[in-house]
Amino acid sequence: MSEAVSKARRWVDLANPTRFINFAGIVLPWLVGITLLVLAAGLWMSFQAPDDYQQGSTVKIMFIHVPFAWLSMMCYTVMSISAIGTLVWRHPLADVSAKAAAPIGAAFTALALITGSLWGKPMWGTWWVWDARLTSVFVLFLMYLGIIALTRAMDDPAKSSKATAILTLVGFINIPIIKFSVDWWNTLHQPASVIRMGGPTIHPSLLWPLLVMAVGFTLLFFTLHMMAMRNEIWRRRVVAMRRIAARSAERRGTQ
Amino acid sequence: MMTHTGFVLASYGVSIVVLVALVSWILIDQRAQRRALQELETRGVRRRSEARTDGAS
Repeated sequence: MSEAVSKARRWVDLANPTRFINFAGIVLPWLVGITLLVLAAGLWMSFQAPDDYQQGSTVKIMFIHVPFAWLSMMCYTVMSISAIGTLVWRHPLADVSAKAAAPIGAAFTALALITGSLWGKPMWGTWWVWDARLTSVFVLFLMYLGIIALTRAMDDPAKSSKATAILTLVGFINIPIIKFSVDWWNTLHQPASVIRMGGPTIHPSLLWPLLVMAVGFTLLFFTLHMMAMRNEIWRRRVVAMRRIAARSAERRGTQ
Repeated sequence: MMTHTGFVLASYGVSIVVLVALVSWILIDQRAQRRALQELETRGVRRRSEARTDGAS
C-alpha cells in the first residue's frame, strides 16, 4: 500500500464515530492548551498595542470584533462543507458536525454584531444602520437560528439532516455577499483592510495582535466544535441505547 | 480627548459572558451525556454493533 493510500485510509477511519471519539480524546487536551496559550498571548499583545491616532482606545474592540466576524463566516463555511458531506456521502458524522457547529456559529455572529454595535456608537455615532454589511450579517445570524431550530425540530436526526443540509447550502449564498458587501455597495462599514489586494492597510503594531487573536479564536472554535461533536455522538448513542433497552423490556413484557 | 473606555470594557465584558456561557453549556451537555451512557452501560444495555462483536444475546 502506498503512502498516499494509507494516509487516505486514516482519514476514512477517522470518519467512523467511535474512532472520532478516540481521536478527540487524544487531541482535545492539547487543543485546549494551545488555544488558551494563543488567546492569552493575543490578549496580552492587544493590551500592549498603542491606541489608534483617530479611534483612540476603541481600536481595542477591533481585536475581538474582527475575529468574531471572520469566525461567523468560517463556521458557516464548515457547516456548508458538512452539508455536502450529508447530501453526497450521507455520512452521519457530517450531520453531527453541522448540528454541533450551528450554536457556536450563532454565538460568534451575535458577538460580532454586539461588539460592532459597541464600536459603532462612539465612532459612527449610531448603534446600528441597515447598510449592506450589517444587514447581511444580521441575515446570517437569522440563518443560524433557523438551522438550530430545524436540527432540533425532529427527534430522528436521519429525518432532519437532509432538510438542514439543503437549507445550509442555500444560505451559503450569503457568505460572498457579506464578504464583498463593502465593495459592491456604499456602506457605512469600512471596506476590508487585512485580506485585500495590495496587502493589509493596518499598521503592524495593530495587525500582529489582531492576527494572533484571530488564530486564537479559530483554535477556540475548533476546540469547541470537536467537543460539541463528541457530545452529539454520545447523545445519539444514548437515544439508540434507550430504544434498544425499551424494545427488550417490551419483549420481556409480552413473553 | 476621547474617552471610550466604557465601550471597550462593555465589548470585552459581553464577549466573556457569551463565551463562558457557550463553554459551560458544552461542558454541562458533555457531563449529562457521559452520565447517561454510564447509567445505560451499568444497566447492561449494549449498542447493536457492540452486541454483535461480543456475540452476546
